[in-house]
Amino acid sequence: MRRNFEEELTSLHHYFSEMGLLVDEAIGKSVKSFITHDRELAQKVIDQDYKINEAELLLEKKCFELIALQQPVTSDLRRIVTVMKACVDLERMGDHAVSIAKSTIRVKGKERIPQMEEKIDGLSIKVKMLVQLVLEAYLERDDQKARKIAESDDAINTLSKEIFEQSIKEMRKNTNLVIGGTDYLLVAKNLERIGDYVTNICEWIIYLETGKIAELNSKHIN
Amino acid sequence: MSKVTIKELNLFYGKFQALHNINLPILKNEITAFIGPSGCGKSTLIKSLNRMNDLVEGCTISGEVKMDDENIYAKECNINLLRKRVGMVFQQPNPFPMSIYDNIAYGPRTHGIKNKQIVDELVEKSLRKAAIWEEVKDDLKKNALSLSGGQQQRICIARALAVDPEVLLMDEPTSALDPISTAKIEELVIGLKKDYTLVIVTHNMQQASRISDKTAFFLNGKIIEYDETRKIFTNPKKQETEDYISGRFG
Repeated sequence: MRRNFEEELTSLHHYFSEMGLLVDEAIGKSVKSFITHDRELAQKVIDQDYKINEAELLLEKKCFELIALQQPVTSDLRRIVTVMKACVDLERMGDHAVSIAKSTIRVKGKERIPQMEEKIDGLSIKVKMLVQLVLEAYLERDDQKARKIAESDDAINTLSKEIFEQSIKEMRKNTNLVIGGTDYLLVAKNLERIGDYVTNICEWIIYLETGKIAELNSKHIN
Repeated sequence: MSKVTIKELNLFYGKFQALHNINLPILKNEITAFIGPSGCGKSTLIKSLNRMNDLVEGCTISGEVKMDDENIYAKECNINLLRKRVGMVFQQPNPFPMSIYDNIAYGPRTHGIKNKQIVDELVEKSLRKAAIWEEVKDDLKKNALSLSGGQQQRICIARALAVDPEVLLMDEPTSALDPISTAKIEELVIGLKKDYTLVIVTHNMQQASRISDKTAFFLNGKIIEYDETRKIFTNPKKQETEDYISGRFG
């Protein structure tokens, strides 16, 4: 009976990792589409989002089944709860990738600000790296690494704020930039929110390993 | 507040040491669960709390078990009075082969209560406390052995309550019962803790996690871990506890 349960837990782990890769890919493509003004790529991100949603539903269904059938306790229960909570955060990250893709489609052909796009590119590289690191920390069940990753969220918030302020300044100078500039605000906000969800997953990794429910960077959570 | 305090208790069956240096508080008006694999000493310990092990040939005990401030292993301890204060319910329902009424009245009568009105009141009160009054009130003369297993077990609980104990020991009280009877007993046990201190030995991990306030995990005659039940079942400190309650061994 225990062996069967172990196999089920392992498969849960694999499904979660696969979902993580889908989300990572969606974030990468959405930002790339925004920076390179690639509407087709943006449309692909939107069209493929159903895969992330389905992965979340599948994971939740499997978690409910395991709880009902195996009545897990201690670290087994924490493994399942972590997947159940973290897959919701992953799905939301996917939604933010879709929002960035929608901005790409909306902003195409409008007047743009190259130096702002460079900044957004820089921010996206940092966010994407955090997403990859948090997935690694989950796989390695490394709560120390999770704490360090959450600390990096400060830099994301600072960069996002800079983009916000500079975009507004540029829009004030040239009103033709308002439509394109508004999307810079939106994209920066979406990237910042993805960073917040990374922090949430860090909290679940700490719970998984220590049994303690931690609140990291609470001042940044909206 | 501790109702029973076990200090440095060692118990031997002949040369075999069944309990090793047990230190444990049993808190008043709480349910303490003893869990652990077969032969780990949990039933031996529960039987030490009302000196039932005295009946086992070759059994020797050192250390002390204090109920309130009285050492129950002191020479001057009255065993009959102790067993009145510490009631016990066993795995197999074991009503006496007599009527429901006489089963419950048996204890009070042996303690000298002869007045019919008082005995009647005690019978009703005990059956109500054991959540079986409504089911049997119209036929108290019925032989207790003709009841279902779940009802028989509640009769046994009522019988234990009739002598007004302070502590109730339960050794796997639901392992011979169906899920509905089990649920009734569990609900009853939770209700009893406002008036009594309860100790329950169980092999059913979900039962321990559902009803107990504290849990002690036993292995090879030792207490490996004792803590709040919610901590034991969500984040135990010892690997052996984790392995046992999650089904990795035992």
